[in-house]
Amino acid sequence: MSKENIQKIIDEINIERKEEWRADLRRSMKAKARGEIDRVHMIEREPDVRNKIFEEVNLGYTEEMAILEAKRCLDCPSPTCVMGCPVAVKIPSFIKLVEEGKFLDAAKKIKETNSLPAVCGRVCPQEEQCEGNCIYIKMGKPPIAIGHLERFVADYERKMNAAEIVKPKEKKGKKVAIIGSGPAGLAAAGDLAKMGYDVTIFEALHEPGGVLIYGIPEFRLPKEIVRHEIENLKKMGVEIITDFVVGRTATIDELREEGYEAFFIGAGAGLPWMLNIPGENLNGVYSANEYLTRVNLMKAYKFPEYETPIARGKRVAVIGAGNTAMDAVRTSKRLGAEHSMILYRRTRKEMPARIEEIKHAEEEGIEFIYLTQPIEFVGDENGWLKGIKCIKMELGEPDDSGRRRPIPIEGTEHIIEADVAIVALGTKPNPLIPDTTEGLKIKRRGEIEVDDSLQTSIPGVFAGGDVMRGGATVILAMGDGRDAAIAIDKYLSEKK
Amino acid sequence: MYKIIEKNTIAENEYSMKVIAPRIAKKRRAGQFIILIPSQGDERIPLTIVDSSPDEGWIEIIFQVIGATTFKLSLKNVGDEIYSLVGPLGRPTHIENWGTVVSVGGGVGIAPLLPITAAMKKAGNRIITILGARTKELLILEDRMAKYSDRVIIMTDDGSYGEKGLVTDAIKKLINEGEKLDMVLAVGPAIMMKFVSLLTKEYNIPTLVSLNTIMVDGTGMCGSCRVTVGKETKFVCVDGPEFDGHLVDWDNMLKRQTVYREQEKIAYEKVLSQYGKKN
Ligand SMILES: Cc1cc2nc3c(=O)[nH]c(=O)nc-3n(C[C@H](O)[C@H](O)[C@H](O)COP(=O)(O)OP(=O)(O)OC[C@H]3O[C@@H](n4cnc5c(N)ncnc54)[C@H](O)[C@@H]3O)c2cc1C
Ligand code: SF4
Ligand code: FES
Repeated sequence: MSKENIQKIIDEINIERKEEWRADLRRSMKAKARGEIDRVHMIEREPDVRNKIFEEVNLGYTEEMAILEAKRCLDCPSPTCVMGCPVAVKIPSFIKLVEEGKFLDAAKKIKETNSLPAVCGRVCPQEEQCEGNCIYIKMGKPPIAIGHLERFVADYERKMNAAEIVKPKEKKGKKVAIIGSGPAGLAAAGDLAKMGYDVTIFEALHEPGGVLIYGIPEFRLPKEIVRHEIENLKKMGVEIITDFVVGRTATIDELREEGYEAFFIGAGAGLPWMLNIPGENLNGVYSANEYLTRVNLMKAYKFPEYETPIARGKRVAVIGAGNTAMDAVRTSKRLGAEHSMILYRRTRKEMPARIEEIKHAEEEGIEFIYLTQPIEFVGDENGWLKGIKCIKMELGEPDDSGRRRPIPIEGTEHIIEADVAIVALGTKPNPLIPDTTEGLKIKRRGEIEVDDSLQTSIPGVFAGGDVMRGGATVILAMGDGRDAAIAIDKYLSEKK
Repeated sequence: MYKIIEKNTIAENEYSMKVIAPRIAKKRRAGQFIILIPSQGDERIPLTIVDSSPDEGWIEIIFQVIGATTFKLSLKNVGDEIYSLVGPLGRPTHIENWGTVVSVGGGVGIAPLLPITAAMKKAGNRIITILGARTKELLILEDRMAKYSDRVIIMTDDGSYGEKGLVTDAIKKLINEGEKLDMVLAVGPAIMMKFVSLLTKEYNIPTLVSLNTIMVDGTGMCGSCRVTVGKETKFVCVDGPEFDGHLVDWDNMLKRQTVYREQEKIAYEKVLSQYGKKN
């Protein structure tokens, strides 16, 4: 979110903190006593049960657990946790409502700045954001479980079916087109609908949700949650048109002729980076996108009840160490692999995945092979993968990203046996929209160029999320969607 | 939802359908395709757009029942709806006046060949059409291809119609007759396209093939459709579906088509038994 929008929220947080009930609540328990409570662990399914099924791993907090965890929070005067949150969730404000047992009010409080708390509570890298900035870290203690609390509150609201469906007081009578239904598009659509615009989301796939539906597996983010959010958007009057590839089914210019006055491109970064090494087109070699789409969107894990197939390997090697790689490797285990391996050219310390995913993967019996870089996929006579030729690496000087650069060690080539390999090296934006939209500027790696207000090189066309950042996070995409909604409102209000 | 307004059986186990999809009907060009899901929960499969009417808002598709999903699609009748249908996908064919174009089609591949041939004819080319089938009953679209052809040659494996032999025999014969062939279009089973390409390469005749790889999204997201063309990896759904036949790595393409052969059989048998049928 923009600095300006964040400052506004921080001012509100400071006012809220001064409310009388908050002061009373702070006084009701000494900071020292709060600090003596142990961080409340969430209930999880046992590793050797969950690594065979697709049901969610984490089972959440009970009400008592949530209240206990909320008591730990010190309700700091200038809460550092909020600084770590890309959309400035009013963290102490909502946590203190939890402590009071006012769970629905807490949910409302979060939603003032975060439209998808049930999702973010599950998938945000809290250890780098809010929790990573919690004052407890400085005191050498585990931070407040902000993610768990956010998730609890959002789930509570959903189970009570208590989400408020905000209907605008008056309609503006102007049409806005949103391209893509990932977190960026959903957030922009929600805010614009609240402002009174006629919002239509155009989605290429047959089901809305973006990566939340096709990429992140059921065991980490149940699809029911995403569908619930989308149903709520529809109740607010947002129209969602699936099976619509902007650029192919109609271009932005053609939609403009149909009366859309502003556009938000939230088309994500859908194209997989491949390794470009020999043998990559062998049978059994997948991009993580294909592997996860088959399993999540097309339900190949329920084959043959659902007819979309997937190769279930005995020895599955996943190349990469981000969230996508963890999702793919844990999926392969659930599909019955005897060995599910991560091949990574650096070490555990440099892995970009969320800490919780790495921990869960380790518990589930995933094998981690570090300092190893594939150089060739080796096939059998039928064109099926049978092994991956790799070379050992060592870490040299830090590179641009600040992580130590891996360097191949000569003469260490070796074969790792595998019948399925999944390449999870990240993604880049699809060139389709820039290719079919005259004047839309992109950057070197295909990201759409925007100014501070997220406006692209074409007036009235805005962009955010992965399509503008390259592969990033759900929360950043969602924040962009909300910023873009504000910018679009300004643009349309000023436009004659 | 996309309503079916016409359905015809054009050969044993082969059907044509007209489906209401106004935007696609208006937008599509020769060579493009759609991806559809017959009913919710079914697989996504690509099918070429054979014809369309921008005024009446329909597109035409033609398919052969070869597995679970095409079987389920074949159960739908006029008035029924298709759950999901997206397009037009892929790049349109590059159409120009080459001179004499040979349109070579095999099996159900004649369906995708039809719109490209029509466009080539419209651009002023002289069209020699060669159609191949295993046997007479399986030959489709002869009349409609003839409409855009200056000459039609039929080849059947068993000699039950036209001449006995392969489409490549017919191309060789044309060359031996001294015909100047400026370009060859080949659409059909991968093995047919491979041998046509090998032959035309000998004679340096530019050859365009349309590849029918396995697909999921059809927008460049998954890479399920990848092929090796001139040592480079290409995604058929966005870079194709048409490629220079002389550059395609056919052996890789043929092997990739067999990835799910076992599962496809299991799924097909499951669906057939649900409907009390046997393969
Ligand atoms: C497997 C996986 C795991 C991840 N795990 C995490 C995690 O744990 N935490 C986290 O914060 N982030 C995670 N991410 C990253 C996160 O999902 C993305 O940053 C986020 O979803 C981006 O949101 P978006 O709205 O920009 O795009 P997307 O979610 O990619 O949505 C874009 C949508 O636009 C549609 N679209 C594309 N082109 C067109 C077009 N031309 N016309 C119409 N529609 C179009 C697409 O079909 C898609 O539905 C993960 C990503 C993956 C792939
Ligand atoms: S920094 Fe930690 S203790 Fe302080 S308000 Fe935020 S969550 Fe509570
Ligand atoms: S079908 Fe998925 S990239 Fe082509």
